[in-house]
Amino acid sequence: MNARDGAPTVSGREPAGPGPAVREPAGQDPAGAWRPAEDREPLDVVPLAVDALLDDPGTRIVVCCGSGGVGKTTTAAALGVRAAERGRRVVVLTIDPARRLAQSMGLNELDNTPRRVEGVDGSAGGELSAMMLDMKRTFDEVVLAHTDAARARAILENPFYQALSAGFAGTQEYMAMEKLGQLRARGEWDLIVVDTPPSRSALDFLDAPKRLGSFLDGRFIKLLMAPAKVGGRGALKFLNAGMSMVTGVLNKVVGTQLLGDVQTFVAAMDTMFGGFRKRADATYRLLQAPGTAFLVVASPERDALREAAYFVERLAADEMPLAGLVLNRVHGTGAPQLSAERALAAAEALEEPFGAEDPGAEGPGPEAAGDPDAGGQETDGVAGLPGGSAGGGRQAGVSGSPARSPELLAAGMLRLHAERMQVMARERRTRDRFVAVHPEVPVVEVAALPGDVHDLDGLRTVGARLGGV
Amino acid sequence: MHVVSGKGGTGKTTVAAALALALASEGRRTLLVEVEGRQGIAQLFETEALPYEERRIAAGPGGGEVFALAIDPELALLDYLEMFYKLGRAGKALKKMGAVDFATTVAPGLRDVLLTGKACEAVRRKGPDGRRVYDAVVMDAPPTGRITRFLNVNDEVAGLARIGPVHNQAQAVMRVLKSPETAVHLVTLLEEMPVQETVDGVAELRAAQLPVGGVVVNMVRPALLDADAVAAAEDGRRAEVVRALSAAGLGGTRRGGSAERLFDPLLAEAREHAERVALEHLQRAEIAALGLPGYELGMQGEGIDLAGLYRLAGSLRKQGAA
Repeated sequence: MNARDGAPTVSGREPAGPGPAVREPAGQDPAGAWRPAEDREPLDVVPLAVDALLDDPGTRIVVCCGSGGVGKTTTAAALGVRAAERGRRVVVLTIDPARRLAQSMGLNELDNTPRRVEGVDGSAGGELSAMMLDMKRTFDEVVLAHTDAARARAILENPFYQALSAGFAGTQEYMAMEKLGQLRARGEWDLIVVDTPPSRSALDFLDAPKRLGSFLDGRFIKLLMAPAKVGGRGALKFLNAGMSMVTGVLNKVVGTQLLGDVQTFVAAMDTMFGGFRKRADATYRLLQAPGTAFLVVASPERDALREAAYFVERLAADEMPLAGLVLNRVHGTGAPQLSAERALAAAEALEEPFGAEDPGAEGPGPEAAGDPDAGGQETDGVAGLPGGSAGGGRQAGVSGSPARSPELLAAGMLRLHAERMQVMARERRTRDRFVAVHPEVPVVEVAALPGDVHDLDGLRTVGARLGGV
Repeated sequence: MHVVSGKGGTGKTTVAAALALALASEGRRTLLVEVEGRQGIAQLFETEALPYEERRIAAGPGGGEVFALAIDPELALLDYLEMFYKLGRAGKALKKMGAVDFATTVAPGLRDVLLTGKACEAVRRKGPDGRRVYDAVVMDAPPTGRITRFLNVNDEVAGLARIGPVHNQAQAVMRVLKSPETAVHLVTLLEEMPVQETVDGVAELRAAQLPVGGVVVNMVRPALLDADAVAAAEDGRRAEVVRALSAAGLGGTRRGGSAERLFDPLLAEAREHAERVALEHLQRAEIAALGLPGYELGMQGEGIDLAGLYRLAGSLRKQGAA
């Protein structure tokens, strides 16, 4: 919030930076010319040493968390591949991977058991397994493991249970914690990489044990259980007036039959709740232990980083060990010496002789479909540049083909570069807002890829970038 | 009722807000509903956090009005109990017993029931003149991966509670959601994962017989160069392009000269761009294959502000979304 209020820009446009943003070319920077395109000195960050974290035998659990759409699952998978190829015996627990990402790890179905990932280089003595969480099956397994057969059947057949376990949102968090505990208990792997569920709030899974606890300690659950325990609804009259009034109301609201189902369910679950809760508590403590490392994943966008900041604070409040921030999809350039302003001015100079009278014809790019304004008017990425005229985004109006004219080709390249510099400046500012508030959090920046990752090589590339190579 | 969903990070809150604005033209009144408790709408409209109360937050073009409501499931439950059952003291007792906690957090399915129920109530609500209070209700809904289950929760509930008021209420909500008055729009980016999720989401919605509206492609960036151009640059045009760069005042053309040194990094950027353009082309084709109305919204630079929101609303209107 405060970071946003202090934002240096108004109306989403770039401030016209004074003077040229020329910086010395990249030197030995391993990421290949990651230089800020800003006049303002960027804030220093503590680099996050991902390889050291993965290589440390003391690291037993890595939890990737962050808001949706920031590449959390890809990051978890890439960390798994990298750790395995560096000699760890790794299992990656993913919650809801995109199909092609799952396929990249050889996971074609949701079967709730870890599968060995083929094609991972095991020469360093490591191996990789991966699994997708199947909520319902995990829940069923818990029931089967902790109750006798008759009671288990009663639970599994209860309609309320079926609705709950099939994944009313929220069950996922309990089950992810449960599965993590199970994997850890099996002891077959020396590193577990966990991808957190895509929750309403990225933090829901931290609350799972507590929520379960307050649920079980709640008077409401005792109330629900009471009639069933004493043997049916006749027992209601033994309850005090307040309670029976409440039960009466519940009956009125939800209907006798549903309440009955819930009561049977709660009663049947009663015996296993204790163990359930104990394990959830144990997993929570496991997360706090020194062998666990939380990685907050974000993209260099305002919302994602705001969520990341919130997460960092929440982890601290829960005394969870934060390893650092993974900043995905960060852009870079090999030509940081050429500012956006100069690039645009040069592009305009080159385009000038060609005029702008023939929109559409051989316009560069396949955008012709649809309302031109959809792609043009709002594309402030270019149009909003300082020095860029209102026509900046209307490059499509320039006649002639970049494929044939070297001037237009050069102009196109310059415009792209200007856009890139602008994106970089924006990302840098967004990142700095986070760093200013949390200077102690180590950060690793992962370069943007033009496309999605769907094979092991892609995961290796991301892994290498995570490792800073 | 417009339900706006999309993969995380695609900007569905922004699109929902822009749509609410777009629909609020010419004196019409829209309600923008938030169900995930993130206060994203308040941030977008640069107002303080929204209470559980319908509040006017913006003026539409031509005298329209946008109201906003952040639904708090707990309050919605009490509200609902009060409205339908006149509970009074019993409502408080329920709260004290932890029943409200139970209903809204431990059994989150009930939370979804309350959220959809409240939104549908706003859709159906009529003023003293017998006209609908809102011309349109726009919901900033949960992400694509959960949207079908979220909207269908009332079907599940109607199955669980086979008789009684909850059953009736659940069925009434489903009637609104499955009626032609409702449209579920999906927001996507021109990237593989969001598009894949959109395609899957549409299939799920259709299978559940929920009315699919349009696909909104958000954050579209202009294509400046295509693969042909990049191929030309790679293929023997180096010297000419370097001369052009130099002519534009970017330094010398000699080996090691400023213009010459720019070529490779710029070409690398152009290559990435062309690759992205080609991928986007494929994604567009996938979206087109869905056979749904499509809308495109341009990239808005750094985050989104009020002016940007009105621009997006204008663009949606121009494209016929409102």
